[in-house]
Amino acid sequence: MHIVVPIKEVPDLVEELEVNADGSDLDREYLKYKINEWDEQALEEALCLKDEAGATVTAVAVDTGDVDGYLYTALAKGADRAIKVTGSFARGGDNHTVAAALAGVIGGLGADLVLGGVQAPDDLDGQLPVLLAAALGLPCVSVVSGVSVDGGTARVRQEYSGGLMAELDVTLPAVIGVQAARQAPRYAAVSKVRQLMKQVTLEEVAAPAGGGEGGGLRIRRLYRPEAAGHAEMIEGSAEEQAQRIFDILAERKLVRR
Amino acid sequence: MGSTVLVVGEQLDGVLADITYELVALARTLADGGSVVAAGGGAGFESAAGSIAADRVCVLGGAQMADYTPEAYGAAMGALATECAADLVLAATSAVGLDTGAAVAAALGVPLVSYVVGATREGGDLVTTSQLYGGKLLAEAEVAGGRAVLTVVPGSVSGEAGKGAAGAVESVAAAASPGRMAFRGMIRPEAGGVDITKQEILVSVGRGIESQENIELVEELAEALGGTVSASRPIIDSGWMPKVRQVGKSGLTVKPKLYLAVGISGAPEHLQGMKDAEFIVAINTDPNAPIFDVADYGVCGDLFDVVPALTECAKASA
Repeated sequence: MHIVVPIKEVPDLVEELEVNADGSDLDREYLKYKINEWDEQALEEALCLKDEAGATVTAVAVDTGDVDGYLYTALAKGADRAIKVTGSFARGGDNHTVAAALAGVIGGLGADLVLGGVQAPDDLDGQLPVLLAAALGLPCVSVVSGVSVDGGTARVRQEYSGGLMAELDVTLPAVIGVQAARQAPRYAAVSKVRQLMKQVTLEEVAAPAGGGEGGGLRIRRLYRPEAAGHAEMIEGSAEEQAQRIFDILAERKLVRR
Repeated sequence: MGSTVLVVGEQLDGVLADITYELVALARTLADGGSVVAAGGGAGFESAAGSIAADRVCVLGGAQMADYTPEAYGAAMGALATECAADLVLAATSAVGLDTGAAVAAALGVPLVSYVVGATREGGDLVTTSQLYGGKLLAEAEVAGGRAVLTVVPGSVSGEAGKGAAGAVESVAAAASPGRMAFRGMIRPEAGGVDITKQEILVSVGRGIESQENIELVEELAEALGGTVSASRPIIDSGWMPKVRQVGKSGLTVKPKLYLAVGISGAPEHLQGMKDAEFIVAINTDPNAPIFDVADYGVCGDLFDVVPALTECAKASA
């Protein structure tokens, strides 16, 4: 079984997000990036399937900047191949262009299963797995936690609200949008990643021509939401803050003094 | 002259999902005097079809529509969108909407806009507002020509205008799907144990807690306050707490008297599950965390200092 996992870099949301001068995008000059956490979940599920029943796992990323580190990390975690799709890709989410480029490459890999992160924080023009499936002409299930494979069929659990899930069987090949792996993403030792960087040359494939049609959207303005309300902030030392919270809870009879 | 807007209706476990009414209400404003068509399948949609205030409500029939599969829904909605010459298609930011949205956008060859919280017409164009970067920023985008598929965040618009007598309810045979998917059954949340939806005090823990061992700090606080521990998605995905403790879109919706959010930044998916709590206090190191926008009181500080101190206050007064 061949499992392909597309991974992408996204802004680290822990950092302060500044908007650029004309308001149309993030100010990306000093922005810190990280791997999309849902892609990490998808990679983990792929590696679990490999551990369970044997599979070849290939991580693929379009070259939006510093993706080498994510691809080497995937190898360090247990992926068998890592492919960087080269071409002209801007950072910051034009998923139609990325899906078209990935479809051109993944279509030639003979994948049985494509496991992608169900979403990313910058998915303005749609989620990548569903766009990829549409481009590849494959069935797709989104918001999945739990994948098992039996012969030519994947059994997946799709999550709804309220803790409800549906179990579906999907004929392979298929694309799955992974919400959560069966276990927390495994850790790759930095030393192992560094060692691989010295020893292994990443496979590079040029993006097929003609896939850059874009999502058909133009961002006019990116801005901070104006909150309808904002918490009254409690200042002071940790002890003073704790005492104030407790006093407020006691005044409201939420706790007994 | 107006537009034709198709709404992808949703049912969950035999009950029409509220988002269907919300989408119809939004569709009415975007149709601009044109026609609103709502469609869906399954018993939950069929039984509520007459209460959906669309001009035309299509109950999609056929064995493949009785239970939801992404492929059958995508094929049926794509074909219906073509048949009714829909200019716009509205679906939810949900499993059903995510699956169906891209399939329909691909079938129609139109743009797809995600995480939409508002949309208006400007002449022939469409202007959308979406939540990006975990709700930290909003993106106002323009779709030239105005044809698109939107996936709308539940709770973004009031559903009141979407409720009312349907103009016409009709049965429509769903377009055939390639048949590469089969529905096996529903899995319901485990019964027994703690039901966080019934607790008056929830101390809810998020990613800021850093490790499983540290959850003990929050458990001590919950015990001292006479409450129960719940969690946001990353804690559950890490396997540090069971799924029945998850608050949020794919977890449970809670309305306790006190919701104490510890190390939770407040992604839209989490806020959806707890924003109606009676009283919310948040502790987070990031002063711009969205959780402070819904909280009544906030502490911008290190939970590893504040939580033990608060536990001490509670213990001292016991």
